Amino acid sequence: MTDLLAASRLSRYYGRHCAVKEVGFNLAAGQVMGLLGVNGAGKTTTLQMLTGNLAPSSGQIRINGFDLLKEPISAKRHLGYLPDTPPLYKELTVREFLGFCCQLHGLGKQASKQAIGCVIDRCGLAPVEKRLLANLSKGYQQRVGIAQAIVHNPEVIILDEPTVGLDPLQIREIRSLIRELGQQHSIVLSTHILAEVAESCSHVLIIHQGEMVLTDSVANITNRSGTGFLLVMTALPVDAAVLLAIPGVVSVEKLTDRQLKIQHALADNPSQRISEAITAAGWELKELTPLQPSIEDVFIRLTAGKAS
Amino acid sequence: MLPIAARELRSLFLSPLAWTLLAILQLILAYLFLNQVQTFASLQPRLLALEQAPGLTEAIVPALFGNAGVILLLVTPLLTMRSICEERRNKTLPLLLSAPVSLTDIVLGKFLGVFGLLLLVVVLVTLMPLSLLAGGTLDFGKLFANVLALSLLVAAFTSAGLYMSCISPHPAVAALSAFGALMLLWLLGWSATLSDLPDGFLSQLSILRHFQNIQSGLLSTRDVGYFLVFCMGFLLLSIRHLSAGRLPG
Repeated sequence: MTDLLAASRLSRYYGRHCAVKEVGFNLAAGQVMGLLGVNGAGKTTTLQMLTGNLAPSSGQIRINGFDLLKEPISAKRHLGYLPDTPPLYKELTVREFLGFCCQLHGLGKQASKQAIGCVIDRCGLAPVEKRLLANLSKGYQQRVGIAQAIVHNPEVIILDEPTVGLDPLQIREIRSLIRELGQQHSIVLSTHILAEVAESCSHVLIIHQGEMVLTDSVANITNRSGTGFLLVMTALPVDAAVLLAIPGVVSVEKLTDRQLKIQHALADNPSQRISEAITAAGWELKELTPLQPSIEDVFIRLTAGKAS
Repeated sequence: MLPIAARELRSLFLSPLAWTLLAILQLILAYLFLNQVQTFASLQPRLLALEQAPGLTEAIVPALFGNAGVILLLVTPLLTMRSICEERRNKTLPLLLSAPVSLTDIVLGKFLGVFGLLLLVVVLVTLMPLSLLAGGTLDFGKLFANVLALSLLVAAFTSAGLYMSCISPHPAVAALSAFGALMLLWLLGWSATLSDLPDGFLSQLSILRHFQNIQSGLLSTRDVGYFLVFCMGFLLLSIRHLSAGRLPG
């Protein structure tokens, strides 16, 4: 599979200050990469370099095989970008604005009409298509921002905090839109909402103080430690030592008298044995839930560790 | 380039600014034009007695176009002030920068948008002397020279205003600096009476002088070249400035 987006050793200096240092990754079609980092980590600078808004101090970017620095126009034909503030001409209506975006990307009249109709449907803009952008709510403006990034059906889509300012319902819609788009396109999205990455991304890149501290697939990260967690609730107080003796259990953390967090090896899942042990001891098992190992743990470990 | 120009022009007409400007310009220039016609009519008996008396075109057109030039000097910075400055403030510039268009396309598009509106002003001004055809004849060569002179003049104003809009953080600053720069270049023509550098260097730089040269009907490459170099210079500076904004520094 060829990579739609390939960045290698990207660095950017502002004077002497290094905002981004040697960041590199490859992204194929059907991959969605979440760019994670605390505020000021260099997420937006990285995205601006990927979209030609900033020239990197060093490094190379290829979009669909075209070098962004040497053949910017061919490369940008395959690129859709939503900056952190949606770039909207407030005096135009939604339809006019999307028409202008199509023209910018050199779409013909017929193709534009079709593309605009399609994107209005996809982003749920039908109720506001004839209204001025200035009069739209923030959520709708954000959706128009996403619409302009995908209207010309680009191979590579870059979204800077796409769900910021949306209500929970809209966030869910946008996330499912991203998942849907991610099936055929390559998407890079920056965010500091970790749940968003777990929900819509296949890959993660964590940046801290301009440096890349981790790049991996979401599946690998969650399995990285080789252990999982179970949450156990009982009606009566439990003796933790009994559970710790069960094969496969790595550690037992008492949250309260009747609530335990049990770490176990993924290769040998002891849930069956735990439930049997609890029933046998007469503690009355009320709940036994596997906990999703979270990206949050990895993120906090990597960024907090570095900071100290 | 053309979509950007079209949007720029459209946005100008969507705001009340363009309409107000067109209306006020037309009102003032019509007043000056009628004044000129009346003066000519009252002087006509005396002019008849003269040998080689100035004709209708010569008496009216250069004065009208000269006035239009001065008024546009005041007005053009107001039209250009927002073009790039506002894109930056509204954060719409990334849309253009990440689209498959070059910086040259962006700057030329912006230039053509404003220039298009100003050409409309030139057409409206030209209609005034053309209305005299109803009762007289015109020297079309001279009229053409004046239309060309005014068009070149507004192109120069636009390019300078665009550059100021490019480098200014706020539209008002852009308008003021463009106005200042143009006014200075205009006034340099007056320095002929003051002590000048050798070879009249300062008056060579003056916009007014080159404008009047073309207005007189004497088309020389030196005057036309001045305007073309002026425009290209400021457009190139704008492109360079936009490009410098992306580069690490």
